[in-house]
Amino acid sequence: MNKAAEIFNKPSTYIPFIAIVLGLLCGGIVMWIGGYNPFEAYGALWKTVFGTKYDFGETIVAITPILFTGLAVGFAFRTGIFNIGADGQYIIGMTAATFIGLKVHLPAFIHAPLALIVGMLCGALWGALVGWLKAYRGVNEVISAIMLNWIALYLSNYILRDFLVKKGEQKTPNIDETASLSIGWLKDFMEGARMDWGIWIGLLCVVIFYVLLWRTKQGYELRAVGHNADAAKAAGINIKASFIKTMMISGAFAGLGGVFSVLGVFHYQVVQAASAGYGFDGIAVALLGGNHPVGILLGAILFGGLTYGSAGMNFEADVPSEIVRIVIGSIIFFVASHGLIRTVIQPLFKKRKSRERKGADMNGNVG
Amino acid sequence: MGTLADLISSTLVFSVALIFAALGGVFSERSGVFNIGLEGMMTAGAFGAAIASYYMETDGGATTSSPWVGLIAGVACGLVFALLHAYATVSLKADQTIVGVVINILAVAVTLYLVKIIFEGAGDTAQLQNVFAKWPIPLLSDIPFIGRAFFNSYPTTYLAYILVPLSSYLLFKTPFGLRLRSVGEHPGAADTVGINVTKYRYIGVLISGALAGLGGATITLTTTSNFSHSTISGQGFIAIAALIFGRWNPYGVFGAAFFFGMAQALRNFLTRFEFSQSIPTEFLYMLPYVLTLIVLAGAVGKSVRGPAAAGEAYDPSKR
Repeated sequence: MNKAAEIFNKPSTYIPFIAIVLGLLCGGIVMWIGGYNPFEAYGALWKTVFGTKYDFGETIVAITPILFTGLAVGFAFRTGIFNIGADGQYIIGMTAATFIGLKVHLPAFIHAPLALIVGMLCGALWGALVGWLKAYRGVNEVISAIMLNWIALYLSNYILRDFLVKKGEQKTPNIDETASLSIGWLKDFMEGARMDWGIWIGLLCVVIFYVLLWRTKQGYELRAVGHNADAAKAAGINIKASFIKTMMISGAFAGLGGVFSVLGVFHYQVVQAASAGYGFDGIAVALLGGNHPVGILLGAILFGGLTYGSAGMNFEADVPSEIVRIVIGSIIFFVASHGLIRTVIQPLFKKRKSRERKGADMNGNVG
Repeated sequence: MGTLADLISSTLVFSVALIFAALGGVFSERSGVFNIGLEGMMTAGAFGAAIASYYMETDGGATTSSPWVGLIAGVACGLVFALLHAYATVSLKADQTIVGVVINILAVAVTLYLVKIIFEGAGDTAQLQNVFAKWPIPLLSDIPFIGRAFFNSYPTTYLAYILVPLSSYLLFKTPFGLRLRSVGEHPGAADTVGINVTKYRYIGVLISGALAGLGGATITLTTTSNFSHSTISGQGFIAIAALIFGRWNPYGVFGAAFFFGMAQALRNFLTRFEFSQSIPTEFLYMLPYVLTLIVLAGAVGKSVRGPAAAGEAYDPSKR
């Protein structure tokens, strides 16, 4: 078989880019059918994201939570677990951070880190519960995570209503200034966009994700379980412990997402009837990014940008913001159905195969 | 006794949509295709029902028949997304989980986009004037307790009474069911004896879409009377839980869905009582999910196993 065609048998680096183009095209067609001008709409989207420093900053605010839940889902995927529970872990992390931010009074150098760590740990424990139920009680992780998402939502609402929210209100007071993880000077620089440590810790987590999985013995074991749990077990890896560890780390990532939404962006928490759905966006981002940390980062940037930009599209071009979800859905569809792209692209590709053969060798190793 | 009968009656109302969707999941997973897109297919069904009934009321002039047209439209809308799911997972061999997630994203986005276009920017459809009314079944509804609990309900509830045993019969007593299940357990072996794996998987997924659409339509036509972003909100995922809890078996699914339906009915029901004032409502809401976890973690969990080949695309070269 020739190498050039072979890379299209794997989720290569080419596929996502083609998928993005096709996704935008689908969105354009849907807008055109709906009687809107796609060029005007995409122009408004672009302008919203890159128009001012404020908008650019707020785009980063939109990227951050999806990056964290994307890392959470991707990490679990790598070790063979489908973590549909990032939503619940996110809520638990958020609530724990709010609790510490409101109920504990400490100097800033200890208060904020404490709130962050407690939030992260609570997210980790919520995740570990899924791992424990799978490892020791044989409970399918999809069902336990779905149950735990609802439990997290109601538990969080209970804690908010009974301890943190004043009677008759739907949101908590602002957390103590000492617990804030906002970056004041950066906020001023970005014309008031809600800048915080979230994106920086998020980038750090991208590195941690990579190092943990590909540079440690522990990570090797976790990936081995992901590839083939039976073989890993035969090779002497404790797969039960591995499930729990994976879900702890995964939950910690998701929990951190919630932590920064409170300590960094909003500074308060609201009683919600349903979850914000960042866990499900995380699934999408992890899939688009091929469960690789760098891919997840790029996916989160794309989704965050599209999501924030959709508001401007709605405002300026009067296009319903749902169009962006259609674009996102189409992109993931094309990534998943790379067979489709392959059949469309391959004939074009074959003509140039001799020229690109060298490049294919290099690209074949990526991903 | 009367209040308990009322509780069961309202539990059934909430359960029926879950029963339909989870039954759909049974067909899809038994054929070897994991369908996390039930949520999206339910959303499509709820949307289709709301739009079709609305147009029947305003332009069609029909009143009594409009919920039935809505029901059929809901099934059709569920089928559209099921076809996409089947094409991607069976024909293109795409990852079933990913495609399911896509279905969920697309269905919610497309339906709300259309609602905003049709209703000029509004986030939900107009309230329907004609939805299903309760049909007391003659004679049966006169039986003390049981009549009030089980036989004074919406037509969709009776449809569920029919579809559960019918599904069980189809799956376990007919050649069709045997073939469908064999494709989900061991597609390679099924292929060897001449069963068309692709065809049966398409059928499995399409049935799941039709039933999930029916479930979504049921919510619109018996509970909410309109369609908005919150009409389905998580019911599809609970249906998946009911499917696993019910062990991929129609009767099991009925029981599990009834259990989850009771959770929703209890919220309204318990507020009637004095003692409920002292329990935080959040704990009442949480109860069914906690109970499910405990039950699964206890005795049942270990033996729960889905169809062996569910989740994998069938690749004849790996036979």
